[in-house]
Amino acid sequence: MSGRILVGTRKGTFLVERSNRRWTSKLAGHSGVGVNFVARDPNDGTLWAALGHGHWGAKLSRSTDDGVTWNDAPQIRYPEGAQYLAPPEPTEDQNAEPRAVTSRDATLLKLWVIAFGQPGRIYVGTIPGGLFVSDDSGESFDLNRPLWNHESRGGDLFSGEGTGETHWFGTPAAEGEFAPGIHSVVVDPSDRDHFYVAVSSAGVLETTDGGKTWRGRNEGMTNDYLPDPNAEWGHDPHLVELCAAQPNHLWQQNHCGVFKSSDSARTWKKVSKPDVGIHFGFPIAVDPEDGDTAWVVPGKSDAERITVDGTLFVARSEDGGETWTPLRNGLPQDNAYDVVYRHALSVSGDHVAFGSTTGNLYVSENRGDSWHCVANNLPPIYSVRFG
Amino acid sequence: MATVELTRHLLRFFPGLEGKALIVEARTVAEVIAEMEKLAPGFAFYVCDERGRLRQHVNIFVGDQRVADRRGLTDRIEPDSCVFILQALSGG
Repeated sequence: MSGRILVGTRKGTFLVERSNRRWTSKLAGHSGVGVNFVARDPNDGTLWAALGHGHWGAKLSRSTDDGVTWNDAPQIRYPEGAQYLAPPEPTEDQNAEPRAVTSRDATLLKLWVIAFGQPGRIYVGTIPGGLFVSDDSGESFDLNRPLWNHESRGGDLFSGEGTGETHWFGTPAAEGEFAPGIHSVVVDPSDRDHFYVAVSSAGVLETTDGGKTWRGRNEGMTNDYLPDPNAEWGHDPHLVELCAAQPNHLWQQNHCGVFKSSDSARTWKKVSKPDVGIHFGFPIAVDPEDGDTAWVVPGKSDAERITVDGTLFVARSEDGGETWTPLRNGLPQDNAYDVVYRHALSVSGDHVAFGSTTGNLYVSENRGDSWHCVANNLPPIYSVRFG
Repeated sequence: MATVELTRHLLRFFPGLEGKALIVEARTVAEVIAEMEKLAPGFAFYVCDERGRLRQHVNIFVGDQRVADRRGLTDRIEPDSCVFILQALSGG
């Protein structure tokens, strides 16, 4: 549905609907509560929200009446024995042996993204680094253990000590902890056993057997913050999406630029253009019909994370990233410091929408050629999804 | 028997508890939480994480004493105890 936008904000869930050629927004639930992500399950129409209560922890919420009422859903919990490797906390014990990593009990820090597969299948990406899967429309969720136990993060800590070495780092989004997070679950609509996750900070992993086995898909990725810029792991994808109609086409807005794959993530190629300010950013949206078309909202460098010269613009490529068109018509070009988070850009048909940390929601009805600000004073926006 | 008093923040999420006298049979704070979970399913996961530890930004007082054992909630409950479950304000 491109006539409605679901908006998750720091202070609640908003519905933004188009009628009589106008977009109007209303607070639809979770007043005063942080909402990391809101999306509609296309299989049954249920709305799902990933909440972050300041005091009371992360909670899943859902609405089966199109956003009129919301209720707590069955909650996600890490199973007994789930541990992950992380840098040790500073110790006051002067005699303690220095260690690179220690194992920590996993408890739910954050629900970060929700995705939908075949009817009944729901995915939730979490911090610390969990993929939870439901096959009963969200009545129960199980941790995907092959990914949790992947060799890249130290092996199986449920049944032993593992390798003692992890290549997964952390994300500042981890509610004050140093822990990795899964922010992208990328579902191949042509094959129910084929999906990807993207992890801050580890990289992209792919399964082709429904989650039984996983392999890293970071060939061609480069980074500029590790000693080895071509390291297999330690990459920082900010968001990964694929083209629904051409699922071999994937795009990645990464900490270190925009990357494109045309071969189902077997290889990646950097396609950003730092010389024209199209390089750093958080979100990316891919045309569901054309795998060579994508939109990004560039920001200025990882060190500053603000708009480029105080101007807000979207960039669109229609040729797989060879060239980019900056789209500024209708967007503020003076003293604009909107930052757009990773889940806050979305496309549906000719409609493109994005929301910013300054509470502005912008909509284009012509693929980004021109924009309207349809809400100015929302809370800081975390997610924008049509549905 | 202990009397439980809740912050209004929690009553918002468990409106069925509004206006009720919350008197539970419990010898420890952990048992108080377990009894509250029976009265209001989902309550325990608001107050504690999945390992049963008190969430970082939640406080429980028994009388005017803040609980000592945030990990196991083994603090003793006396028959006439009043247990307060509150958000842990850190100012601001």
